[in-house]
Amino acid sequence: MITIALSKGRIFEETVPLLAAAGITPLEDPESSRKLILPTNRADVRLIIVRASDVPTYVQYGAADLGVAGKDVLNEHGGTGLYQPLDLKIACCRMMVAVRNDFDYDSAVRQGARLRVATKYVQTAREHFAAKGVHVDLIKLYGSMELAPLVGLSDAIVDLVSSGNTLKANNLKAVEEVGQISSRLVVNQAALKLKREAIQPMLDAFAQAVHK
Amino acid sequence: MTNSNWLLPEYIQDMLPDEAWRIEKMRADALELLRLSGYQLVAPPLLEYAESLLVNGSRDMDLRTFKLVDQMSGRTLGLRADITPQVARIDAHLLNRQGVTRLCYAGSVLHTQPAGLMRTREPLQIGAELYGHSGLESDLEVQRLMLQVLAALGVENVYLDLGHVALFRALVKYAGIAKELESELFVALQGKDTPALRTLVRGLPQSVQDALLALPQLYGGVEVIARARATLPDYPEVTDALHELEQAAVHLQPLANSVGIDLAELRGYHYHSGMVFAAYHSGCHDAIALGGRYDDLGKSFGRARPATGFSMDLRQLHGLLEKQAQPMSILAPYRDDGALQEKIAQLRSQGHAVVVDLLGDTEQCHELNCDRELVQQDGLWVVSNNKFQ
Repeated sequence: MITIALSKGRIFEETVPLLAAAGITPLEDPESSRKLILPTNRADVRLIIVRASDVPTYVQYGAADLGVAGKDVLNEHGGTGLYQPLDLKIACCRMMVAVRNDFDYDSAVRQGARLRVATKYVQTAREHFAAKGVHVDLIKLYGSMELAPLVGLSDAIVDLVSSGNTLKANNLKAVEEVGQISSRLVVNQAALKLKREAIQPMLDAFAQAVHK
Repeated sequence: MTNSNWLLPEYIQDMLPDEAWRIEKMRADALELLRLSGYQLVAPPLLEYAESLLVNGSRDMDLRTFKLVDQMSGRTLGLRADITPQVARIDAHLLNRQGVTRLCYAGSVLHTQPAGLMRTREPLQIGAELYGHSGLESDLEVQRLMLQVLAALGVENVYLDLGHVALFRALVKYAGIAKELESELFVALQGKDTPALRTLVRGLPQSVQDALLALPQLYGGVEVIARARATLPDYPEVTDALHELEQAAVHLQPLANSVGIDLAELRGYHYHSGMVFAAYHSGCHDAIALGGRYDDLGKSFGRARPATGFSMDLRQLHGLLEKQAQPMSILAPYRDDGALQEKIAQLRSQGHAVVVDLLGDTEQCHELNCDRELVQQDGLWVVSNNKFQ
C-alpha cells in the first residue's frame, strides 16, 4: 500500500493532473467528502488529506510514503529525514518582505535598526534576516499577517505573495524577495528503499509530467 | 498541589519488566554472537572529556552531547552520545596492537535531542568495531556480522542499503570544491534535493556537474553499479568504490532480504571515509542499524588506524519484535520448612522461577506472574496448577 499525503485546495487541485500521469485517479473529492482517507482507482494507492504544514511530519514518520508540500512549509520543517527529489512547479508564489507604504525599509536596514517582523514562517524569516545581517524580533502569527504593520504590531511582515492584491488593498508594499516558492514532492527515506518498485514508477511519471 | 515527581523528562523512558528482561536477553545474545566471532568486549566510561568524545568534528554530535564541568579538573565533560569514538580511543591508545583488533561494546548513551522521530534520548547502543585492516574483507566481515546479529535477535526481512562516501569526496577533491559549498552539496545530496543541487553546481566543471546531478538518481539494486560506471568520471577512487560496492552487494545478498545501493547516501560523512551501510525494516521509518568505514578517527588519539564497524539501538530493535510474555513462575508459600526450601532450590536450579508469597493473599497472587504453585501432598512438596485453571 502506498500512501500519499496532500493538502486540500490549490495543492490538491494542481496535483491531480500529475497523479493522472501516474495512472492514479482519486475516487472522491476532498472538497465535498468529509473523509480524510481517500481511495483511488488503484487498490494499492490511497490519499490522505492533511494540513499543508503537517505534510512533512506525516511523511517523515512514515505515516505517508509520499507527499506534496510547499517549499515554504519544508523550509520551516527543516526537511531533515526526507527526500525531496522533484520540484513539481505547482502552487507557485513568492515569499516576500512587505511593509507599510509609508515605511522606508531601505533606510531602516541601512541604519542597522532592529526590525519587528511578524510572520507565520519564523525559520525562513530568521534565516533571511540573519543572512542580510539585520537584527529582527520575530512575532509568530497564524494568519492575517497584513494586519500587523497596520496596527503597529510590527514594522514588516514575511509572507507568501501570489498576485499582490491583498497587499495593495491594505496599503502595503513588497520590498524584498525572500525566495521563490513552489511545491515539492517529498518521499519518506525508508519507503523509497523498501518500496522502490512501487514508488519509482510514480516518481518517473511525475518527473515526466512536470517537464512536459 | 498535585505531585509530579513521578514525571520523566521528554523522550526518557523506564524499561518495565517485560521489556527490560527481553532487552537484557537480546544484549546477552548479541554479545555472545560477537564473542564467538572473535570480538573482545570493552566498557568505556559514561562520561569523559568532551573534546575526546567530539574528535570527529561533527556539529550534530556536539549539539547532541550533554556537557557539564568537572569539579576536579575544571574541564568540560561530555556524557557519551556515541560509543564508537571511545572504542577508537581504546584501540588507538590503550591496546596499541599492531595487527587486527576486534572490539565490541554495549551500553547506554545519552542524547540532548532525540536522534530521530519517536526515538529515545537514552538509546542502548550495541556494536562492534574492527581496526587495523583496510580492505574489502573487513568491510564484508562487519556488514555480515551486523546482519547476523539482527537475525539472531529475531529481526527478519532486513533490507541492506550500501553507500560509499569516497565517491563524493573524490568529486570534491578533483573539482577543488570549497568547504562551504561542500557542506551545502552534502545537505542537498542527503535529501536527494535535485532542484537545490542544480542551483549549487552552477560554475563547477561540466563533468563534475553531471556527476553530482547523477548521484541522487543512482539508487536501486546492483544494476546501479553499471549505470554509475557509465555516468561517473573514472577517477581511481570512484572505480575502487564501485568495485567494493559491487562485491559487497554480491556477497551479502544471501544474508539479507534484499540489498540496495544508494550512491547519494552520505550518512556520517563527517567521519566516515569508505563504504557505509544501513539496515532497514518495514516496521520502522528510519534505519535500524548503521555502520561504515572511518579510517581517520584514530588520528585524533595519536594513531590513525583503518577502522570499520556498526552499531544499533537495542531499544529501537525491541520495538520491532513481536511482544513476548515472560515465562510464568511458580508460587511458593512462606513456611519455615526445610523440605520446602530444598524443593524451591531444586526448582530454581532447574531454571524455574519460584516466587515466595509473602502476603499469603491469593487475591493478589496474579500480580506475581505465576501459573503454578507448590503444595504439600502426602508430606511432599509438589507443583500443582489446580488453583490457576
